[in-house]
Amino acid sequence: MTTEREPGSLLPMPPAISQPAAAPPPDDAAPSVIRSFLNQRGSGRAADNSFAALMLLCACSIFLIVLFIFVILILRSHLSLAQFGWKFFTRQAWDPVSGDFGALPFIYGTLVTSLLALLMAVPLALGVAIFLTELCPRPLRGPISFLTELLAAIPSVVYGLWAVFILVPLMRDVVGPFLYKTLGWTGFFEGSNFGVGILTAGIILAIMILPIISSLTRDIMTAVPNSQREAALALGATKWEMIRIGVLRNSRIGIVGAVMLGLGRALGETMAVTMVIGNHAEINKSLFAPGNTLASVIAGEFSEATGDLYLSALIEIGLALFLVTIVVNAIARLMVWAVTRGAPSRVA
Amino acid sequence: MSTQPIASQPLGLPRKPSRTNAVRRTAANYIVSGLAILATLLVLAPLAAILFYLVYKGARSLNLAFFTHVPAPVGEEGGGMANAIVGSGIILILASFFGIPIGIAAGVYLAEFGGGKMLGNAVRFTADVLNGVPSIVMGISIYSLVVIQQKHFSALAGGIALGIMMIPTVTRTTEEMLATVPHAIREAALGLGVPKWRTILSVSLRTASPGIITGCMLAFARVAGETAPLLFTALGNQFWSVKLNQPIAALPLQIFAYATGPYDEWHRLAWAGALVLIALIMVSVTLVRIYANRGVLKGGS
Repeated sequence: MTTEREPGSLLPMPPAISQPAAAPPPDDAAPSVIRSFLNQRGSGRAADNSFAALMLLCACSIFLIVLFIFVILILRSHLSLAQFGWKFFTRQAWDPVSGDFGALPFIYGTLVTSLLALLMAVPLALGVAIFLTELCPRPLRGPISFLTELLAAIPSVVYGLWAVFILVPLMRDVVGPFLYKTLGWTGFFEGSNFGVGILTAGIILAIMILPIISSLTRDIMTAVPNSQREAALALGATKWEMIRIGVLRNSRIGIVGAVMLGLGRALGETMAVTMVIGNHAEINKSLFAPGNTLASVIAGEFSEATGDLYLSALIEIGLALFLVTIVVNAIARLMVWAVTRGAPSRVA
Repeated sequence: MSTQPIASQPLGLPRKPSRTNAVRRTAANYIVSGLAILATLLVLAPLAAILFYLVYKGARSLNLAFFTHVPAPVGEEGGGMANAIVGSGIILILASFFGIPIGIAAGVYLAEFGGGKMLGNAVRFTADVLNGVPSIVMGISIYSLVVIQQKHFSALAGGIALGIMMIPTVTRTTEEMLATVPHAIREAALGLGVPKWRTILSVSLRTASPGIITGCMLAFARVAGETAPLLFTALGNQFWSVKLNQPIAALPLQIFAYATGPYDEWHRLAWAGALVLIALIMVSVTLVRIYANRGVLKGGS
């Protein structure tokens, strides 16, 4: 299992080959090269098989982990599963004091924030990907994609910190009043605006999922064969027409997959959202209103959950989140794979 | 870009190429190009803003006490995050201990044994899906599994949670890097009579090691900032603790607690902590990228 501790330098010459663990220890009294070589071959099969079995075991542990998470979440949420059944996901009540729980406000919050994030992030991510693959001067390509990937490396809690102290005041004093003045009549930007709320959570989510979508889209668009581009250009297409006909049309399945992977990330994102969404179990049309998501209610209330039913309800929310993100990710992966078959997909 | 409209006459359509059509198409081209550039700038803006504020607000609060003191009692000035920095280090070492060997072994299986098989594909798919499981779900499952069994929060539980999160990244990069090792090298070793397990360890893995190290560092950097899984496993600690079976402080947890707290002194420390955390992550990611791009095997995408 530990692969780093390797004796010997480059290619192992036969005398440098140590005996496998299963074999009897060699006598160190300078066995001839040929003899140790022959010994090696005899014991190799058992060692090979056990090595392969060990690797297989580790590979299968990935299945076991996913299965384990699933089983343990079901076991720990059985109280709430038994008490509320399917209605848990359609009930609006969230009253820890009287033991009345329902997940609808959190489902609503999760869906609305993720949708807002996608609305903002997808056009920008597409723009970045188009710029990077088709328009960007070659020397700038590396640095810019590196910078956008730095966005992915910033931890969630740092986004949250920045949002709490910089974005929230900005939303409260500048963006919020502006939206109220111009779009207040739609009813989406009403009520008291404290800066924290669903809209702010959506914006921070958009920033966080952007690098994932843009780097995957870039990979997918790079995988489009150059002959497609050349063919479009040879027919007299402008660069944009070439991108639209030759590139985007060929990679649309993969792009949808990339967007869904971003959605999967947005659904489960916890810390930054918890810090700016206002944490209030309520369904409200206004985007200024505080809300809560599936992930943020777990983060916010798990450590205060007194009573087995309360804890069980929170774990059931976790179970729902687990299943939904697994399904979204599985579909998205299949779509991305369909387009970039064989090409590396690196999503950090 | 400067396409002649004459060239674009469609087959079978006796339509005269019109001047306005060309203008429209060129204009669309410029508009879209402009929008793409604008989008890139818009994406880089928050990055610049975040980095600027981190340095601007964090650098003022960084001092020696930050690295050498434990948090001061509420209401008092000063204090630092020494316990959180050490705690984060301990949790991350534990996580690497759990995550990296299993991840590399699974990657070896995918690349060397089960590449084209059904099982191999299933493992690969599961690893990718596991990568997308929200970290908070990982937190509550490890809480249910380890913390409830042990009856107390612990550094160990935090390490396990983060270790599991490292596995998919390590596995997939190991597999990709092993796939780039030329078959001729393996065949040379096998032809000398070296057993397969030895070939994999000493030849394949060694050749791919720069890329694999890259993958491990990326996984490490990714979990270094994770907060949600630690909320219910390591829990955090205001005092000095290095015991593996006790609650332990961690940098991201401390930042979260201080950022959401009411005191200015706490906010100050939160910014400093975030600066330290981000510096740690950026330095490791950047080093890895440079290292990977210089090596024989291109690690970064």
